Amino acid sequence: MRDFATLYLDLDSSNRTNDKVAFMVEYFRTASAEDAGWAVYFLTGRRPKRPFASTKFQLWAAETAGINPWLFTECYDAVGDLAETIALILPPPTETNQEGLAWWVQNVLLGLAKEPEENQRRIVQESWQHLTTPERLVFNKLITGAFRVGVSQELVVRALSISSGVPQATLSHRLMGDWTAGSLFFESLLSLDQDSSEDLSRPYPFCLAHPLEGEASSLCDLSEWHVEWKWDGIRAEVIRRGGNTYVWSRGEELITARFPEIAAIGDRLPEGTVIDGEILAWSEGRPLPFAELQKRIGRKTVGAKLLQTVPVTLITFDVLEFRGEDVRAKPLSDRLQILDELKTTGLVEVPMPKTVNDWSELAAIREQARDLRVEGLMLKRKSSVYGVGRKRGDWWKWKLDPFTIDAVLIYAQRGSGKRASLYTDYTFAVWNDERQLVPVAKAYSGLTDAEIKEVDAFVRKNTQDKFGPVRTVTPMLVMELAFEGIQKSSRHKSGIAVRFPRIARWRHDKLPADANTLEEIKRLIPD
Amino acid sequence: MSFAVSENPKLLSLTDRGLYCEVGDFYVDPWRSVERAIITHAHSDHARWGMKYYLCSQEGEGVLRRRLSPESHITSYAYGEAITLNGVQVSLHPAGHILGSAQVRMELDGEVAVVSGDYKTAADATCTPFEPIRCHTFVTECTFGLPIYRWQLDEEIFADINGWWRENQAKGRCSILMGYALGKSQRALSGLDPKQGPIIVHGAVHAMNEAYREAGITLPETRRLGELPAGFDFSQAIVLAPPSVQGSTWLRRFGEVSCAFMSGWMAVRGAKRRRAMDRGFVLSDHVDWPSLLGAIEATRAERIWATHGYTNILVRHLREQGKWAEVLTTEWEGEQDATEAGAAEQEESA
Repeated sequence: MRDFATLYLDLDSSNRTNDKVAFMVEYFRTASAEDAGWAVYFLTGRRPKRPFASTKFQLWAAETAGINPWLFTECYDAVGDLAETIALILPPPTETNQEGLAWWVQNVLLGLAKEPEENQRRIVQESWQHLTTPERLVFNKLITGAFRVGVSQELVVRALSISSGVPQATLSHRLMGDWTAGSLFFESLLSLDQDSSEDLSRPYPFCLAHPLEGEASSLCDLSEWHVEWKWDGIRAEVIRRGGNTYVWSRGEELITARFPEIAAIGDRLPEGTVIDGEILAWSEGRPLPFAELQKRIGRKTVGAKLLQTVPVTLITFDVLEFRGEDVRAKPLSDRLQILDELKTTGLVEVPMPKTVNDWSELAAIREQARDLRVEGLMLKRKSSVYGVGRKRGDWWKWKLDPFTIDAVLIYAQRGSGKRASLYTDYTFAVWNDERQLVPVAKAYSGLTDAEIKEVDAFVRKNTQDKFGPVRTVTPMLVMELAFEGIQKSSRHKSGIAVRFPRIARWRHDKLPADANTLEEIKRLIPD
Repeated sequence: MSFAVSENPKLLSLTDRGLYCEVGDFYVDPWRSVERAIITHAHSDHARWGMKYYLCSQEGEGVLRRRLSPESHITSYAYGEAITLNGVQVSLHPAGHILGSAQVRMELDGEVAVVSGDYKTAADATCTPFEPIRCHTFVTECTFGLPIYRWQLDEEIFADINGWWRENQAKGRCSILMGYALGKSQRALSGLDPKQGPIIVHGAVHAMNEAYREAGITLPETRRLGELPAGFDFSQAIVLAPPSVQGSTWLRRFGEVSCAFMSGWMAVRGAKRRRAMDRGFVLSDHVDWPSLLGAIEATRAERIWATHGYTNILVRHLREQGKWAEVLTTEWEGEQDATEAGAAEQEESA
C-alpha cells in the first residue's frame, strides 16, 4: 500500500501534467502486475460498491480516536474531506504492513460489504492500526469511493503506453466497458498481441468535439464540412456482435435493459455493427424536454406506462464497425455512406432541414435550435477519422449562446477537495411577485481564484445565520448566471429548474434590487 | 473595560490594551501603547511598536531589537531569573516557539498565573526547549487546537525537505522554501544538509539569521543574492524566503523553480492546494493537539484560558474533561495561513 499511497500523494500535490505522467510511469514500471492492475482500476475512476454508510465510518473513526462526535464534525468541517479527516485524527499506527494495493483490495476491501456490521467495524479499525497516515488516506478513499486525484483516463493511458509500448488507442479500447482488475488483467491490458480475443461487448472510445471558438466562417470552405444538429440527450454506442446487442452510455455504463426501444434497434442491425448516436425522448417528430428523458435515466428497468409516456429513439450519426471490421479510420463521408445503407434496417433519420450555401445561412439555421429543442450545431470535417477522445480541429460543437440572468447570492457552503474551507458553493435567488428572494439555482464554477477569495471573505463577514454547513448571507452580491436550458419544475420552490448553471461574471455594477424577477425568467421557458 | 483572568483580579486581567497585571503595573504582549510591556516573543502580533519599556528574555533580546528599533528601551532577563515588580514576582521561562520565546510567570500572594505566548513542546535545535510550569491560571494559545493536527518528528520532516531538494536538483529546478523569516526559517535551516548544494537566503531571512548567530546558534553557511557572481546557476540551490515572495517578480531570477511552504496548516491538503504550492511541509512552531492537551495537563491549572486559534473547540473539549475553561479574546494571531494579510505584514516588518 505504501507505494500506491506515495503515488496518490505525488499525483495529488503535482500541478504539472508531465510530472503526473512521470509518477504513473514510474509506478507502473515498478509495481507488481496485480497492484498495477488495481491502480489502473481506481485511477480510471472505477470503484467497488460502498460497503457501508459514511455515518458509520465517521462513528468508528471518532471512537478509535477517542473523541466525541461533535469534535469529529468540527474536524471534518475544517478539512472538508471525510477520508482525509479520518486519516488525520487517528492515533499513530501500532504496526506497519508491507502488503500491496492488490492484497488490501482483495483481502479487505472487496469482502467488507458482505460482512455483518460488527465485523465491518472490527476489520476497519484493525486496518487503520496497520496503516500510516498517507496509507490510511488512500484506504479511506477506496472505501468512500471518492477517489479523485486529478488524472483523467487519458493521462493514465498515456502513462501506460509509455511504460509498455502499447499504442494509446489500443489501451483506451481495452479499458472501455465492464471489467475489474483480476489477476491476469494487467498482463492482458499491456499485451502486445493485437489478436487477443477482445470482449464482444466492448465499446470503442467515443470521439468528442471541442466547442467552437471564434467565428464559424474561420473554418473556411463550408463544403468540407458535414453539418448536423447537436442533440441534447444521452450519447450512446450500440453494438451488435455475436448475436447480442449492447448499449453503452458515454459514462461507460451498460444501459441496454433501461432502453428496450434502443435494444430493439440494435437487434435489427447486421452482425458485426457498432453505431454511435444520441438517445432522445421523442414524440411527434421532435425531442421531448430533457427532463422527460431524465425520468428514464434513473430507472434500471422501465414499466409499460413510462414506455408509453416517454418513448425514446436513437438518432444515429456515425458507424464505427461494419461487417465485423473497424471502420473508424475511414473518412467520415465514407462512414456516412455505410450509415445510409444501414438506414434500411430501420434507423431514424433526421437530416438537416435543408442544404446550406454559406456560413451566414447556417448561422440563421442555428438560431432555430432552441425551438427544435437541440443545443446547436455540430460541424465535422468530411475527411475526418473517428478519433479517440477529444481531439482538436476536426469536430466542433457550435452551441447556442446560453441564457443569462442576474441573481443575488443568498446562501454559501464550503467546497470540498481543493476548495475545502473556502466558501465556493453558492445559491442564488431572484425576486418573486411579493418582492421576496426565492432560490433559483446553485452554481459552483465560473469565478476566478481571486474572486472566490473575495466572496469567501464576504461570506465570513456577512453571515446572518448558519444551518449545518450552509450560511445565510446578507443579500448584497449580484452575479450573472448562465445556463443551458430552463424548464418548469414542481420539485423546486421557484417552480423552475435550470440546466448547467454557472457564474458568467460578477456584476459589481448591480445592486440586489437590479436582479431579475421570477416572472422575467419564466418567460424564457420554451413552449 | 476590564475583567479578571486570575482569581485575584489584581494579578491578571484583560483590558482593551491587553493582558494586564495591576499590582505589577505591566502588560503582556499588549496591542496598544503602554508604559511597560513584557514580550513573550518577537513575532509582530505579540511584539508591537510603541511601548515605552520592553522586557524580554536574554535569549530573545537580539531578535526583538531587530524587529523593533535600535533605540527601543529593552531590558532582558535570563530564563528563570526572579524579578520583583511592585511586589509581584515575575519570571520568564522557555516556550520553545522561537529563539528567546518565553512564558511569563507571575505570582502574588501565593497565586500563580502563566501566559504561554506561542509555544511548542517538541525539540528545536535553534531555541531552548519548552519548560512546563505549575500554576493556578494558565493562558494558552491553541492555534492548532484540533485533533487533526499531529506533527511528525523533525528528522522525518527534514529528510523530506532534503529529499525534495535533491529531486529538484535532478530536474534542474531551483528549490524555493518559504516560511516565516523569524523562527521557521532558522529551524528549517538547521535541518538542511549544506553538503547538498548552495543555500541562499532572502534579505528578511538573512537579518534574522544574523540575530540567531549573534545569540550563539549554529546555522549552516548561507549566501545572499548580492554576494553571488553574475550568471550564477540556481538549478542546484535552495532558497529560503518569506511567503510574501510567492507570485512576485523576485522569483523570476531563479529560472525554473519548485515552491514549497512550511507551516502546520500544510497538514490539510486543501490548504496546500489553495496556496498553489508544489509541496507543503508540515513544520510548525506551535503545539499539536496531543501536546497541547499534555502541556495543559502538566500545569495542573485550575483555570484555563484559551486564546487565538480554535478556542471554542478547545474550551468545549476541556469542559467535557471536567476542567474550568474559558475563551479569552485577544488580538494575537498565532500562525497565519499566510493567505491572509497578517503574515504578509509580518514579513514586511522583517
